Amino acid sequence: MLIKNQQAKIIRPHNFILMKSFIKKYYYGDIPEDTSGGEVINITQNKNENNWPLWEVFIRSKQGLDHKHAGSLHAADAQMAIENARDVYTRRNEGISIWVVESKYIHASNPDDAESFYEPATDKIYRHPTFYNLPDELKHM
Amino acid sequence: MNDALIPYILHLADNTLVLAQQNSAWCAHGPVLEQDIAVTNISLDLLGQARNFYQYVAILIGDDTTEDTLAYLRDVRDFKNCLLVEQANGDWGKTILRQFLFSNYQYLLYENLKHSNDEQIAAIATKALKEVIYHLRWSSEWIIRLGDGTQESHQRMQHAINELWMYVDELFINADYETALLKQNISVDVSLLKNAWYKKTGEIFSEATLKIPENVFQQTGGKQGIHTERLGYILAEMQFMQRAYPNSVW
Repeated sequence: MLIKNQQAKIIRPHNFILMKSFIKKYYYGDIPEDTSGGEVINITQNKNENNWPLWEVFIRSKQGLDHKHAGSLHAADAQMAIENARDVYTRRNEGISIWVVESKYIHASNPDDAESFYEPATDKIYRHPTFYNLPDELKHM
Repeated sequence: MNDALIPYILHLADNTLVLAQQNSAWCAHGPVLEQDIAVTNISLDLLGQARNFYQYVAILIGDDTTEDTLAYLRDVRDFKNCLLVEQANGDWGKTILRQFLFSNYQYLLYENLKHSNDEQIAAIATKALKEVIYHLRWSSEWIIRLGDGTQESHQRMQHAINELWMYVDELFINADYETALLKQNISVDVSLLKNAWYKKTGEIFSEATLKIPENVFQQTGGKQGIHTERLGYILAEMQFMQRAYPNSVW
């Protein structure tokens, strides 16, 4: 893994201009300050809108226990983000509670690490409590 | 008693219908997606209130009057909405301002109207109040953001205030039918709402660094059916299909 990363970082001078035209993939957590969300292609956006950060919206439904990710939106501040979330994501009675978080504060794992992060856990069944013998008296465990 | 009751409910209904119709023009033209949805949501809320009121009137009139005949087949002189709601949308700031001035009024009105002796009116007001609380909150915050925003937004807001201020006082002048129903505690004495309205408006405007104009001549007549030229255009667009193809349905 380390060797792979080191090789990726080497930028040959004659490739530099070519690299600039690639579309960059932004992972959550490393979004630079001056662009909103993962958008690189801005068609017609007036100056002010580029200053509105992207927010992730989480909604809890009436029967639910946890807030589920519902989508994202742009807003100038937290108050507006909550109201926009109310207008956009709860208008069909989807929920009774709203959390909004600026996207830049969400840090996600790197998909490239999936192999080393998650695969080792697939063949370690001793970590599951399935071999524990429960006495019959304990009915609801 | 019905002589005053029906015009009164029509007045309440027409206010909400005309504003709903006006706000709906922003559909697909909002400055930002979320605000497009917000203003059209508000339009739908108002339309719902209008339908409730019209359905009640249709029951009171009896015969084969329906909410649709009341909305689509009455002409300008029969509409009793106040002049404020028929003023042009203008830019985003003017729409926000019109919404704020009206929602502030509606909030105070419905707060009192939910105690009306007429059960149906009280029920409609109680339900609508929840919607109006949000309309008032939403428009207040936009007034503050735009007023205390950039130089351009501040200018546009102040300009909108200067354009709409002549339609404010009409909200607080009781029409004959409102006065007639006061004795039975069915209607609300709107003149008593004026102080609270100005207090709230003053708070929001000062936070938005906006000025309330002084000594503005006030227009009236909407509640009696004497409207500005604007209502003719609004109704022409809204009623055209029904009048050109009577009894047409979706």
